[in-house]
Amino acid sequence: MNIVVLVKQVPDSGAERTLRADDNTVDRAAADNVINEMDEYAIEEALQLQEAGGGEVTILTMGPERAAESIRKALSMGPDGAVHVTDEALAGSCALATSRVLAAALRELNPDLVLCGAESTDGRVQVMPHMLAERLGMAALTGARKLTVDGDTLTVERQTDEGYEVVTAATPAVVSVWDTINEPRYPSFKGIMAAKKKPVRTVSLADLGIPAEEVGAAGATSAVLEHRRRPARSAGVTVADSGDGGVRLVEYLATEKFV
Amino acid sequence: MAEVLVVVEANAAGVKKVTLELLTHARELGTPAAVVMGAPGAAAALTDKLAEYGAAKIYAAEHEDIDNHLVAPKVSVLAHLVARVQPAAVLVGATQEGKEIAGRLAVRLDNGLLTDAVAVAADGAATQVAFAGATIVTARVTRGLPLVALRPNSISPTPAPADAEVTPVAVELTDADRLARVSERVVEQKGSRPELTEASVVVSGGRGVGNAENFTMVEELADLLGGAVGASRAAVDSGFYPHQFQVGQTGKTVSPQLYVALGISGAIQHRAGMQTSKTIVAVNKDGEAPIFELADFGVVGDIFKVVPQAAEEIRKRK
Ligand SMILES: Cc1cc2nc3c(=O)[nH]c(=O)nc-3n(C[C@H](O)[C@H](O)[C@H](O)COP(=O)(O)OP(=O)(O)OC[C@H]3O[C@@H](n4cnc5c(N)ncnc54)[C@H](O)[C@@H]3O)c2cc1C
Repeated sequence: MNIVVLVKQVPDSGAERTLRADDNTVDRAAADNVINEMDEYAIEEALQLQEAGGGEVTILTMGPERAAESIRKALSMGPDGAVHVTDEALAGSCALATSRVLAAALRELNPDLVLCGAESTDGRVQVMPHMLAERLGMAALTGARKLTVDGDTLTVERQTDEGYEVVTAATPAVVSVWDTINEPRYPSFKGIMAAKKKPVRTVSLADLGIPAEEVGAAGATSAVLEHRRRPARSAGVTVADSGDGGVRLVEYLATEKFV
Repeated sequence: MAEVLVVVEANAAGVKKVTLELLTHARELGTPAAVVMGAPGAAAALTDKLAEYGAAKIYAAEHEDIDNHLVAPKVSVLAHLVARVQPAAVLVGATQEGKEIAGRLAVRLDNGLLTDAVAVAADGAATQVAFAGATIVTARVTRGLPLVALRPNSISPTPAPADAEVTPVAVELTDADRLARVSERVVEQKGSRPELTEASVVVSGGRGVGNAENFTMVEELADLLGGAVGASRAAVDSGFYPHQFQVGQTGKTVSPQLYVALGISGAIQHRAGMQTSKTIVAVNKDGEAPIFELADFGVVGDIFKVVPQAAEEIRKRK
């Protein structure tokens, strides 16, 4: 089974993140950029499937040149190669345009399975797997906490707000995973060295046959009108427990009408 | 006034609160029209509630194959309705299912999409919170109609009785709609607690709770306050509580009236999921814990002393 794993480079969620003043896009230059954490679980899942059933694992990333670092890091876990879609015209792309570009790249790669993280820590939009499935005419099994493959049948246990559901589909399909699905491996020294030699193909919009003006900021289907910092929450009252902390807590809740 | 399509979410208990919130928002944009998609009979069970909250119309799209497949059939129904009704806007909940519907519909209609909004203005501009609640963004769909996913708890739903005239919608599904089949649904929700993202009170426990058994203390306080139980990632990773109750960046985003953090340090990724809560209360034995920076009321103390005492005090007052 050939698997493509979508990997996104995101600003480190542990650091301060902002929107730029000039074009209202995420300030990626100012932030430390890392692999979207959830994508590491997708890579791990792909590698486990490969170990069990063979086939190739390819990383697909759309992002600026800088994202090459994240691609190498992903490859050091073990995938065979990568495709990096990069083009200046892509800056500021909305989810709709991003899905169009990724879908075009996926059509060329023609995988049996597309794996990705259930959401990215920067956008948190969770719509990409479904947008891709819609464009590619595939099933999307999202939020998987368990994935089993039996021939060309995929079965996913997917977490829902109220519990879980078991969903099946035939390949090809898109599956997004939660961080409960596995424990991602750390790259070994050998893996890091090997990653340097693995093939990374750079693809432009022209290669994919997508007109530059239809993506990026120029082709965006939504626009930020304004953005501002939310006023920081100011700390309220903190009391030290001197034997009556519980009672004082309830007194506070009572003044706020919660009790 | 043009209709505003509101995608209805329901469970065994009836119409979900997020849907009532959407109906409340929808009134500002046009005439609320609720879209019920489910098995035959689904709409009849929900009509009264939808009417009470302002649905002038209910589109009833009923078919055996809607519930046992993931969102694709619903997207087909909505795409058809949008073409027919030409609504002023389409509103969905920023829930797992709502966002998935919206994502697919955006592609199907080649229409822009705004997610995680907390408000929509009459002109369709939406207010969103980004980066763990640190940034507020106003944005607009520039291609197509306003297709907006609104966060649960973004508004308190208010009744506004309307006619709720039921219009059946013929459902025609294709093979593509039937690709992802649901073979089993398991409800793990414990007891009668409200759903985490919809609850107006959330009581969460962190690593400080120590083990799974001690979580009964968190549950007890939650039950006394009529709230849901949440957990930090450290508590979930340590196996104290199931993952679907995780609050934070890689868990649920909650925005209740009251959030109680017990033995939680307040890491930025945890704050991402709770810092838009109206009132925040924390108990932590470390006075330097970052959670106190955003707590409206904090107790520096041992949760095993403070929480049982608080529970006892609430019982006394009842
Ligand atoms: C990419 C990424 C995503 C993440 N996503 C999430 C997420 O979604 N949700 C999330 O919560 N975290 C998330 N985290 C983890 C986050 O960084 C923290 O590690 C986590 O929130 C810590 O949980 P905690 O506060 O329970 O544990 P700790 O940080 O260990 O804090 C425990 C607290 O309990 C207090 N305590 C201990 N015993 C007692 C006692 N008896 N009485 C009173 N207080 C006591 C301690 O003083 C301490 O402050 C994420 C991290 C990363 C890198």
